[in-house]
Formats: sequence, structure tokens, C-alpha cells
Amino acid sequence: MIARSIIKYTIAIAVAIFFLLPIYVIVITSLKPLDEVSLSQMWALPTAIDFSSYTEAFSELAPNFMNSLYLVIPATLLSAILGAMNGYVLSKWKFKGSEIIFTMILFGMFIPYQSILIPLIQFLNQINLYNSIAGLVFTHVVYGLPITTLMFRNFYANIPDSMIEAAQVDGASFLGIFRRVILPLSITGFVVVAIWQFTNIWNEFLFAVTITNSGSQPVMVALQNLSGSQIVQWNVQMAGALLAAMPTLLVYILLGKYFVRGLLAGSVKG
Amino acid sequence: MRITKDQLMALLFLTPSFILICIFVYGFIGWTGWVSLSNWNSLVPDMSFAGLKNYLYLFADYRFQADLRNTVFFTILFIGFVIIMGLSLAILLDQKVLGKSIFRNIFLFPMALSFVVTGVVWQWLLNPSTGFNEFLKIFGWEPKWYTDTNILFGFQWGSIEFGLPVAMIAVVIAAVWQMTGFSLAMYIAGLTGIPEELREAARIDGASELQIYRKVILPMLTPITVSVVIIMAHISLKIFDLIYAMTGSGANYVTDVPGVYMFETTFRGNYYANGAAIAIIMLLLVAVFIVPYLINSRRGASS
Repeated sequence: MIARSIIKYTIAIAVAIFFLLPIYVIVITSLKPLDEVSLSQMWALPTAIDFSSYTEAFSELAPNFMNSLYLVIPATLLSAILGAMNGYVLSKWKFKGSEIIFTMILFGMFIPYQSILIPLIQFLNQINLYNSIAGLVFTHVVYGLPITTLMFRNFYANIPDSMIEAAQVDGASFLGIFRRVILPLSITGFVVVAIWQFTNIWNEFLFAVTITNSGSQPVMVALQNLSGSQIVQWNVQMAGALLAAMPTLLVYILLGKYFVRGLLAGSVKG
Repeated sequence: MRITKDQLMALLFLTPSFILICIFVYGFIGWTGWVSLSNWNSLVPDMSFAGLKNYLYLFADYRFQADLRNTVFFTILFIGFVIIMGLSLAILLDQKVLGKSIFRNIFLFPMALSFVVTGVVWQWLLNPSTGFNEFLKIFGWEPKWYTDTNILFGFQWGSIEFGLPVAMIAVVIAAVWQMTGFSLAMYIAGLTGIPEELREAARIDGASELQIYRKVILPMLTPITVSVVIIMAHISLKIFDLIYAMTGSGANYVTDVPGVYMFETTFRGNYYANGAAIAIIMLLLVAVFIVPYLINSRRGASS
């Protein structure tokens, strides 16, 4: 019994260390003064704590960090609202063909975005949204529809149909039921969907790097540029990586339970 | 049959999204397909019909053959390790373990990170002149990680050497570090869904803990494994950001994948028709997994 416990904890702790090592390296490297940043001392703790990597990384990334905020907030809200509308119809107002429509929408979740990228850029160019945050917001709202629709549809499927029927007997209309029955019950749904969309859009790279090319680049593109640059020290890269990851890490730490619910909701079903 | 006002409103709710999906998913895929059959291989669009020229070019191309090889091995190793790690850790956390939620949170947090962040960090951890090699060289072992150009079990096939590119292993390690949390969360949810009475019944029948897992629990987790395989497969087949941030194409294209090739040839080289052809091939590869899965799970759900 004791032997089994020892094995159990040894494995769990060893794997935990493996998962945490990158964070250890990021944190200690980003806190080192420049003269202690050397390849052979990667694992050594800093002798003094120095925030200059953060000041440098921050001055490089701050404008792009703001771009990401301007992108992620409207894109998350809009795609959540549209998802709730679709989910409501596809779970509570099914009609002939609605299952096919739902499956067609779902497919959009799995396509490699490379397969729509060339027309998308031509289109954004036409409507003058290429290389703009607004263009990226639009893109993320459209391609976020499948996942938000799926999540809300599954969420609303758990609201008993009898509640809808009771409201209908009371004379409530389609909109009335949505406003007075469904939306008040949707808070958890909105939290889960918003966290999921926030994390995904913040972390997204392919659209970001192809649709924007200068002042409007989101933070992940700027981080990639920072790490690809030969003149930037890697303590600054590490500080930059931590800064860029901070919003989604904070969301995970504070609201991890909802994040995991979103993650599980992504696997179709329901 | 008359449509009621409520039904009309329902259609009004759904229509904008449906139209957007029709245009931006299906219409644009069609347009990309059309570009892939054109001669548009410079900055100036040239939509004259080229037939399958771009596809024939790709399948004869050294780089694209290398990409397909890399994708095959990356996908197999990535899915394999994500499943094994996720399932083992889920079973481990299914036991009586102190600090269960701390362990679970540690295993899951990389899921909240961007592939770009993962790439930037692992590029240093698996850098041959530092990182893990600082420990490994104590044992006299200094792997070249993603800079290794060797192909294991290689043999000549087409214009490339087919086999496992050693450099790809480094990328697999980083990807598994990031995505294990997904399969772990799925398996934990699956294990929680198995009623305790079932295990109790098996125990009364004299089954050992190991037998309970092998004979009762694992078979019940099969649908979860199917979902994990499908979702990981579609991530792996379209992977771009991790590799772009961590290694790039690599010497001799040992870590190149179609996603990176498509990006570079289209947006750096202006070979739009070639890029479109790569994108269509990627889409077909993903569709092979996704379409049957979608049809199956939708059919299961509506019955």
C-alpha cells in the first residue's frame, strides 16, 4: 500500500515538475540582470532581481497588447451574442432542416483556416478592412460562430422544454421567452463562452499575422517578431512571453472551472 | 402550412449567421478551390484556368513531400502521447491523491497559453546549446533536438527520405506539453461519469482494481478516446503557429508542415495558386476525419 502511494506521488510530482519547468525558466530568466543571462546558466536562479527585461518587453509590446484588447473584447461579445441567438433557435425552435443547418455551421469549426484565407484577405481588402482591428474583429466573429453556437445550443438543451411551453401558454412570444426565460438562465453560458472566446482570440496567430501587418498587429504577432529578432536578448523574449500570456493565464487561474467547461463543450455531442 | 410570427422570428435570428457561414466558410472554400486551379502565382491575380497543374507541382515537390511525411509522423506521435499521458494522469488522479486539484490545475494550465508562447519558450528549452541539454550532458548525451537533420528508419521514397525526422520529436514534446490537458480534462469528465455502483459491483464479483480498469472502465471511455483522436487530429493536420514560432521549416525541411509552407509560399512568395492548392489538400485531410465524425455524432444526438 505504502509502496503504491510512493509510486503514485513520484509520478504525479515528476509530471508536475515537467509541466512547470517552462514557467520556471520564463520567470527566472525574465528577472535576471543582463550580465547573468547566459546559455550555460539557464537554470540558475538570479543573484539579484532585475525588472529591466520587463520594462523593455513592455515598451515593445504595449501597443500590440492594447490592439489585442481592442480586438478581443468586441469579438468575444459579438460572437457570444450571435451564438446565444443561434443556440436558442437550434435547441428550442427546431424546424425541418435545422439539424442540417446546425451540422453545416459546426463544420466551420474544424476547417483549416488556410482554406479560406486567400478569399478572406481579398474580401477585407475590398471593404477596406484589411490591416485593421475591425477586420480581425469581423473575422473572429464569423469564424467563432460555430463554437459559440455549439456551446449555447448544448447549454440551452439542458433547459427543460416545459419551461418554454409554460411561457407560451402564458402568451409569451419567441422574443419574450428569449428575454425573460432564456437570457436570465444564460449567465453561466455566457461566462463559459466568453472565457473560451477570449482565450482563443487572444492566443490566435494565423489570422493575426496574415490580416494585419503594421500598427494594428495583436500581441502574439509582436511576440513572435520579438523572438524572431536577432538583436533581442532572450531574457526580454521570456519577459515578453509572460506579459503576452498573462491575461489568459489570469483568466485560467481565476475562472479555471469555466475554462474547462468550455474545453469540454468543444467536443461536439449534445 | 402557415408560418407563425414566432417561427418567422426564429428564422430571423438564425439567418444572418447562416448566411455568413455559407459565404465565409463554403463560398470561400469554393473560391480557394478555384484559385488552386488557376495560374495566379504572382502578385497580380491571374485567374486563367490551369487545371491540376498546381497539385501536380506540389506532389512532385521535395518540400511538400517532406511536409506530408512530417505531418504523418507528427500526427501519430502527438495523438499517441496526448492519449497515453492524458489517460494515465486521469487514472492517477482518479485514485486517492492529496492535492488532486492542484495537480489537475498544473496539468491543465498550458491549455490557456498560446501556441506562440509555447513555441518561444520550448525553442529555448530544446535549444541544443542550453536548456535540457544542460542536464543531459552530465550523462554524456547531447541531442540536437529540432536542429537534427537525421531521418530515423529512412528509405528513399519519391524525392525525399521517408522515415521519422528526429527534429520532429522536439516539436512533439512541446505540442504534447501544451495539449495533454485537453485529453486529461476529457478523461476526467469521462471517469466522473462512470457510476460508483459499477465499480462496486465489479469489486463484489472479485475483480482487482487493475481488472476493473481494463475490463469495465477503459471500454466505457472509448467514445472519449474517439473524440480526443478526432480533435487532436484536426489540430495536428492544420498546425502552423507552434512550428512557425518554435523552429520554422528547419534545415532540409525537417520540421516543415503544410501550414507553414502554405503561409510562406502565399504571403511571402506570392504563389497564391500553389498556396490555395496546399490549403485545399489540408482541408481534404481534415475532412477525412471530421466529416464521418460529425455525421455520426449528429445522428447519435438526434435519435
